[in-house]
Amino acid sequence: MATETTAAEGSSLVFHPMDQFIVKPLFGGEIAWYTPTNVTLWLFLAIAAIFALLVLSTSKRAIVPTRMQSVAELAYGFIYKMLEDICGKEGVKYFPYVMTLFMFIVCANFLGMIPMSFTTTSHFAVTIPLALSVFLTVTVLGFVKNGAGFLGLFWVSSAPLALRPVLAIIELISYFVRPVSHSIRLAGNVMAGHAVIKVFAGFAAIAAISPVSVLAITAMYGLEVLVSFIQAYVFTILTCVYLKDALHPSH
Amino acid sequence: MATEPLTEEVAGSCVDSYGSAIGMPQLCFDWFPNQIFWLVITLVVIFLVLSRVALPRIAAILAERQGTITNDLAAAEDLKAKAVEAEEAYNKALADARAEAQRIAAEARAEIQAGLDDAIAKADAEIAAKAAESEKAIAEIRAGALESIQVVAKDTAAELVTALGGEADAKAIASAVDAQSKG
Repeated sequence: MATETTAAEGSSLVFHPMDQFIVKPLFGGEIAWYTPTNVTLWLFLAIAAIFALLVLSTSKRAIVPTRMQSVAELAYGFIYKMLEDICGKEGVKYFPYVMTLFMFIVCANFLGMIPMSFTTTSHFAVTIPLALSVFLTVTVLGFVKNGAGFLGLFWVSSAPLALRPVLAIIELISYFVRPVSHSIRLAGNVMAGHAVIKVFAGFAAIAAISPVSVLAITAMYGLEVLVSFIQAYVFTILTCVYLKDALHPSH
Repeated sequence: MATEPLTEEVAGSCVDSYGSAIGMPQLCFDWFPNQIFWLVITLVVIFLVLSRVALPRIAAILAERQGTITNDLAAAEDLKAKAVEAEEAYNKALADARAEAQRIAAEARAEIQAGLDDAIAKADAEIAAKAAESEKAIAEIRAGALESIQVVAKDTAAELVTALGGEADAKAIASAVDAQSKG
């Protein structure tokens, strides 16, 4: 896909919008499952960012918070309230899990906004395990908490009896599509934005177009900053909604 | 971008010989184990950091702040009550002072009145004494005058009797004058 765009080999236009997503080993050699790669680097930078934001900034435990500490408190309150509003008091138990997902996605997204960086959340290999872990957690939790009652999620008791089997099939399909949409939404949004920016950057090689190109990159960058946060928010709120289904499966 | 052709092993099935991506790097399954491995490590580390350190700490900070705010509000409420109390005490003291002042004024007035009454009584008594003395003096003077008149009348009567050629009988004249002056 990306290589086709380089067809105009003779001209000055060279597009490699997907090259930014290539996984490279940090110290050379083959990529085995344990090889430290640029994925490793940027995942660890995400850990560092979260550590700085949530641990270092709160180290003084100030009653009157510093700026960084109030950001940490805002993030805490934001996710805590979201979880409590959607899942109720029972959901609060899963707060560290939801907070881990949110902080990881939001930090990885914003680290990906740094020019020349590698965006880990643009890879299906990252978002699919995230979505699958949510899916499996919710399914297991649903059966453990409610037993067979969890299947009530698919049996719409408020619908006419004749329609219920049809609805059950639809509900079942939509349930199993959840991890797919959950993961592709995040990776797709992030990847598309980054690729578009790269394409605009390719146009900057033509002097006449370059001012427009720079403006377009700036605009896209602003949009991508929004997308970075919104996609993390969407992923988290969907996790909360799925968790609610596991805790209270009745419609 | 790397422009020199890479060796076949490094290029692999996802990157072409110029170091560019073949198709979507996202769909390069050769890299999946690597990415998933490091992702799992990352998530576990983040989860441990959050659940062991960060979240309890932030929760403690928020609870502490809530406590502080509640305490401060209670203290403010206390101080307000105290201020109201102090105002009441002030008002009470003011009323007391006013009553005391009125009492003292009334007392002073009564004292002055008593002194005045005393003085008036004393003056009245003095006046009465003086009046009695004067009356006595007047009575004395009056008595003196009556006696003098009787003496003069007797003398005059005796002279008249003598002038008319009679024999002045002192006793008779005296009784006659007495009878006349009493009449």
